[in-house]
Amino acid sequence: MNNQKYELVVVGGGPAGLAAAQEAYDQGIRDILIIERDFELGGILQQCIHNGFGLHYFGEELTGPEYAHQFIKNIRERGIDIKLDTMVLEVTPDKKVFAINSDEGMIEIDAGAVILAMGCRERTREAIDIPGSRPAGVYSAGTAQRYINMEQWIPGEKVVILGSGDIGLIMARRMHLEGAEVEAVLELLPFSGGLTRNIVQCLEDFDIPLRMQQTVVEIKGQDRLESVVVAEVDDNFKPIKGTEYEIECDTLLLSVGLIPENELSEEAGVEMSSITGGPIVNEGRETNIEGIFACGNVLHVHDLVDWVTEESLIAGKTAADYLKGGIAKRSKAIDVNPGENVGYIVPHKITNKVDDRKLVNLYMRAKQPMADVKINLYAGDKKLLDKKARRVEPGEMITFPVPEKMFSSNDISSLKVDIVKEEK
Amino acid sequence: MGKKVEITCISCPMGCDVELEIDDNNQIECMEGNNCKAGEKYVRNEYYNPTRILPTTARVKNGVLPLVPVKSKDPLPKEILEEAMTEIAKVELEAPIKLGDIVIENILDTGVNIVTTREILKKKQ
Repeated sequence: MNNQKYELVVVGGGPAGLAAAQEAYDQGIRDILIIERDFELGGILQQCIHNGFGLHYFGEELTGPEYAHQFIKNIRERGIDIKLDTMVLEVTPDKKVFAINSDEGMIEIDAGAVILAMGCRERTREAIDIPGSRPAGVYSAGTAQRYINMEQWIPGEKVVILGSGDIGLIMARRMHLEGAEVEAVLELLPFSGGLTRNIVQCLEDFDIPLRMQQTVVEIKGQDRLESVVVAEVDDNFKPIKGTEYEIECDTLLLSVGLIPENELSEEAGVEMSSITGGPIVNEGRETNIEGIFACGNVLHVHDLVDWVTEESLIAGKTAADYLKGGIAKRSKAIDVNPGENVGYIVPHKITNKVDDRKLVNLYMRAKQPMADVKINLYAGDKKLLDKKARRVEPGEMITFPVPEKMFSSNDISSLKVDIVKEEK
Repeated sequence: MGKKVEITCISCPMGCDVELEIDDNNQIECMEGNNCKAGEKYVRNEYYNPTRILPTTARVKNGVLPLVPVKSKDPLPKEILEEAMTEIAKVELEAPIKLGDIVIENILDTGVNIVTTREILKKKQ
């Protein structure tokens, strides 16, 4: 076998892997390899040709490819090694990375540290159990996005979209502008997980109907999709008998959620969270295995790439610190727990002792939309901090900066955050 | 008689539903439902002159991909988006392409250029 050795191996060349590699380099690590399975760097950004990226990180509005370009350029300028068209097959707990490509064959890489940045993939028809026949014309929205935006192939002419998350909304506009008829966007929940701005600019601009609390209950068609049967659902998401109606269409796009892609992590023995579907990490984005880090959508699904970048810079820096001689630990780790109306919080725990650190950002998602709220931070029963928000949405990640001095005491062993209606 | 118009404000995640009363001279007589100044500005603009950035693709010959993503460098009037799509569909570019190359200058006399948003290398023969 072809044996190689790198100080740092980054698995995945999307926004997470690029930012992590860049930061590790800027922190003094020179011997870095990025492994990417596609023919180019940039990951999913290359197919997200719409604008709206970068407002937080770059302070200007960019398209996906423009956002990716900034980081690809930085990686090239730094001369960081890249293997394209290369698939990682296994990462071992002692940080050996097995990969394969058609130039080198099987490669075994001995890594000092590994950053997992494999991103996520889409839930499929099978994952949500839609009954019916199995004709052509049923796609996940992201697959259709790649076909249309990169491969010059329009999936169909008459489209129904299931799921009103941002990808579903963006694809409704895209299909419409490319000349397809978008019959409807259906949403199981009583609210859309997408940004209001996308509902306005992708649906209302083109009079595409958004139908709440409805879902597809049957797929019909022999060779090609001919129609879908749609029904209203009750509060438990069960279809209501008698409300069924049929929409003729040749294409169904599914935008029904994303799942972090963690086969490699699990095989390596990385401890996983059942809520995020990603690894359990500390504030440096280090997993339970020393020297293995995770960042971006493989860790938890982000709404904005800007937050992916922010998180990946943290992972890159901690990986560099680890390689430069290790990280001091607190005598007692702090568990960070979600309270009322909080779905999850990343990081899951605070374990490191960092002298020059001013604060630690907690990233979290609300379970339910709520207006005029207070976000409270507790240590045990004692309230440490709160902040007000006019509105929280499950679709928009909340950043809650916590000053180091609030939890530096060794007495603190857990933090909890809840989101409650503000009392007026 | 005036008319009523509803606009969803998108200047922040609140997404206020704002109701406008428009008088016979097409002037905004009264605005209700917005909670801030930024909202007022957005809604005013959205009523008189709604604009959008248009991101789409253009065809490419001899590239590693058959398409290059493009966008309007500045926002275009909302009502000409589909017409602009037709103009962009007529273009075929030749690889290699750099990010920021002008695809169409002054599209539909708007003063706005259509530019590429990534590089496309030449396909190896």
